[in-house]
Amino acid sequence: MTMTAHQDTSVTTATQDASTVAISAPLTPFTVTFIIRRFNPDSDTEPRWQDFDVDMYSTDRVLDALHKIKWEQDGSLTFRRSCAHGICGSDAMRINGRNRLACKTLIKDLDISRPIYVEAIKGLPLEKDLVVNMEPFFASFRAVQPFLIASTAPETGKERVQSVAQRELFDDTTKCILCAACTSSCPVFWTDGQYFGPAAIVNAHRFIFDSRDDAATTRLDILNDKEGVWRCRTTFNCSEACPRGIEVTKAISEVKQAVLRGRP
Amino acid sequence: MTTIEAPRSPTRTPLRHGINLEKWGWVYMRISGVILLVLIFGHLFANLMVGEGVKAIDFGFVGGKWANPFWQWWDVLMLWLALIHGANGMRTLVNDYSKPGTLQKVMKIALVASAAILIALGTLVVFAFDPCPAGAGADLVPSFCNA
Repeated sequence: MTMTAHQDTSVTTATQDASTVAISAPLTPFTVTFIIRRFNPDSDTEPRWQDFDVDMYSTDRVLDALHKIKWEQDGSLTFRRSCAHGICGSDAMRINGRNRLACKTLIKDLDISRPIYVEAIKGLPLEKDLVVNMEPFFASFRAVQPFLIASTAPETGKERVQSVAQRELFDDTTKCILCAACTSSCPVFWTDGQYFGPAAIVNAHRFIFDSRDDAATTRLDILNDKEGVWRCRTTFNCSEACPRGIEVTKAISEVKQAVLRGRP
Repeated sequence: MTTIEAPRSPTRTPLRHGINLEKWGWVYMRISGVILLVLIFGHLFANLMVGEGVKAIDFGFVGGKWANPFWQWWDVLMLWLALIHGANGMRTLVNDYSKPGTLQKVMKIALVASAAILIALGTLVVFAFDPCPAGAGADLVPSFCNA
């Protein structure tokens, strides 16, 4: 670890190397080592790990490091990102063994005295470097019919009325951005690609408990499958991985209870 | 396929109606778990705490318990619930940690077979247990049989 001697006082939360914090020093970068799991389908038979040393500031994010590598060191590094601000859900990846959004993981929150390991999320087919084929993930998502199904029309010229309490039931699960951090952290999903996975169940929960929706029993039937909610082992990997702070395991449990009741 | 299907056209065929083993397996684990808590701690309390406690346990103590239908049913219930609970738990482990295929099938068959054999033997022993079988030599049976 080669950390240069001065950091700004505004970033004293980066206490990994507290002795280097100097009062009123100019903001200077320090070198962080990234070890990235590379895979080029044209030339590699197996993924390989590659080191990159990047000059970073403690206000930077892992995504900034990936940008720096791609723009300044190796243009072939491949990863997804769109908004870069934790909303689009494109850049979920495994950072130091945990599923995180690269755009929401600050360097100061990582232990930079050691290299930072970055690899693609697990359980989905690896296409190149940090890019996986998301199709199986979205197939599960589509299978739970994640759209409003209403059998009655709203009052003419009016919206469908919903109380604060009714909304509260599924508020948490509306936050999902479909980044696949939860599903690809699930050990059941790793070995059993048929399992719906946490994200699909979260998005089913969002409509099952919506008072405006009329197809809850259809979705409960779909999830009352051999590969549905009953495959969940409540390991809480998904709740830990969710960059939106959704209580995923709790949502899955609520769906299990609803399946047993036969109604939301 | 890259677009969301039209509403009301399920992409998977909904579960055929009938018994959903995964669901009932999940329910069984919870119910049997709660009952087993009572049965196992009741068993431990009766054997280790009541009366003379752990020092009282010998062949005669077990023989005495199994002369009582209450304890026969207590132990048989514990045997069935615990073995099925354990075998089902092992089955989920097999599902979680092995890929579908021949090996997985073999492991599941071994689980079912071992649980079934233990349940059959255990049930037979509890109900057919006779501490003083007729015709056995006096040196083969405990002393209280000759009293």
